[in-house]
Amino acid sequence: MEIPKSFLGYKRENGRAGTRNHVIILPVDDISNACAEAVSNNIKGTIALPHSYGRLQFGADLELHFRTMIGTGKNPNVAAVIVIGIEPKWTKRIVDEIAKTGKPVEGFHIERTGDIGTIMKASKKAQEFSQWASEKQREECPLSDLWISVKCGESDTTSGLASNPTVGNLMEKLEPFGVHLCFGETSELTGAEKVCAARGATPEAKDKFMKTWNAYNDFILKEATDDLSESQPTAGNIAGGLTTIEEKAFGNFQKIGNLKFIDVLEPAEEPKKGKGLYFMDTSSAAAECVTLQAAGGFNIHLFPTGQGNIIGNPIEPVVKLTANPLTAKLMKEHVDCDVSKILSREMNLSQAGDELIKTMLRVANGRLTCAEALGHKEFVMTKLYRSA
Amino acid sequence: MSQPDLIIHDEKDNVGVVVIETTKKGQECKAWIMENDKTVEVSSINEVPLGHKIALQDLKEGDTILKYGHDIGKVVKSIKKGEHVHVHNVKTKKW
Repeated sequence: MEIPKSFLGYKRENGRAGTRNHVIILPVDDISNACAEAVSNNIKGTIALPHSYGRLQFGADLELHFRTMIGTGKNPNVAAVIVIGIEPKWTKRIVDEIAKTGKPVEGFHIERTGDIGTIMKASKKAQEFSQWASEKQREECPLSDLWISVKCGESDTTSGLASNPTVGNLMEKLEPFGVHLCFGETSELTGAEKVCAARGATPEAKDKFMKTWNAYNDFILKEATDDLSESQPTAGNIAGGLTTIEEKAFGNFQKIGNLKFIDVLEPAEEPKKGKGLYFMDTSSAAAECVTLQAAGGFNIHLFPTGQGNIIGNPIEPVVKLTANPLTAKLMKEHVDCDVSKILSREMNLSQAGDELIKTMLRVANGRLTCAEALGHKEFVMTKLYRSA
Repeated sequence: MSQPDLIIHDEKDNVGVVVIETTKKGQECKAWIMENDKTVEVSSINEVPLGHKIALQDLKEGDTILKYGHDIGKVVKSIKKGEHVHVHNVKTKKW
């Protein structure tokens, strides 16, 4: 198949391009959710991103909170941002960083005004942003404007046999076009960690990966009460035939094809070494992982599933594929790309990779994913430790 | 070629994955090896559902299960060729 050289995206002020054109209402903290949701209810064409944290966090955990908030606002799938927090200082910090992209952003704090006054002020600005964004048109953008993140979920053995290698095949075909790529799931590389480290493009990348994985493993050894049974692998994984974390990890690892990763990113960190594949230190919980990758600036996501994970994200479209024929049949409304014919050998891996490229480009051009059509918008912050 | 009953990732693997809805007791299964495009046969001892593994050789306690050509765990209860391989007879080496 000849791969199209471009897609239709929204060009942003900082040179990036979005596959979506959201106006978001971003609460800085849990207690500002009500206000943010009221504004998005008032003003059509906006979406609130409620979450559970943002108070009394400190140290690396607080920095991750800011990085996630700021990165979400900066994502090119977002046209404009309203930030609402209880206090002025943290609200302003987020607004100032998002403003560096050149996109419209305005902050509001609730203290000394109350919800109702804040909702009124923020709604007026949100209306302005929504109408402004509605005039944005899709334009032709080079394929290199795609920043593609990947993460699998509710995996079974069909993931490792077929749907994950399909993603790997897509990566191998699109890397030469200069796309950014990102995989994560530190925990689910357990058992394959040395094989994964060997895929670092430089000694620094290899070393950084092993340090990241070791830090995770030390934490597990300290906190785990017995083994991770019921978590790694999950009951769903086991029902699907996956027996051990090692088996899951080698299946997971098929997603990067034969590529090497050029750098290791902190959770929600934006890549800075140009095109190519990055590893991001993330949880393997689907919504947490995709939220972090979206905050890192990735604008389209590929999600292979075995038993049928249903996740979506409010700003980054999540394209789902499965090779499990039962999942493709029983959960059809969640499957954007069915590659189950690989198992019956009616389709080879390269044909499946081509199908996935076509599906992904249709979504990049504006087709709603299954998760978007079904209203999935899981926005889940990663928290590193308890608050002060 | 016709649809395989099992798929084996790597020539070195000692397990294959069921890719039909379920195997029947005593079914002669065609197993396709992805790595070298060869086909081998194994008789399924149990009814094994889609996605689950079948042993391609006799395995004893302490043996290593190989899939993708890599170590994915240890045998904790001896397994006969053709038997269902899962959490009841294989455990992780990690935890």
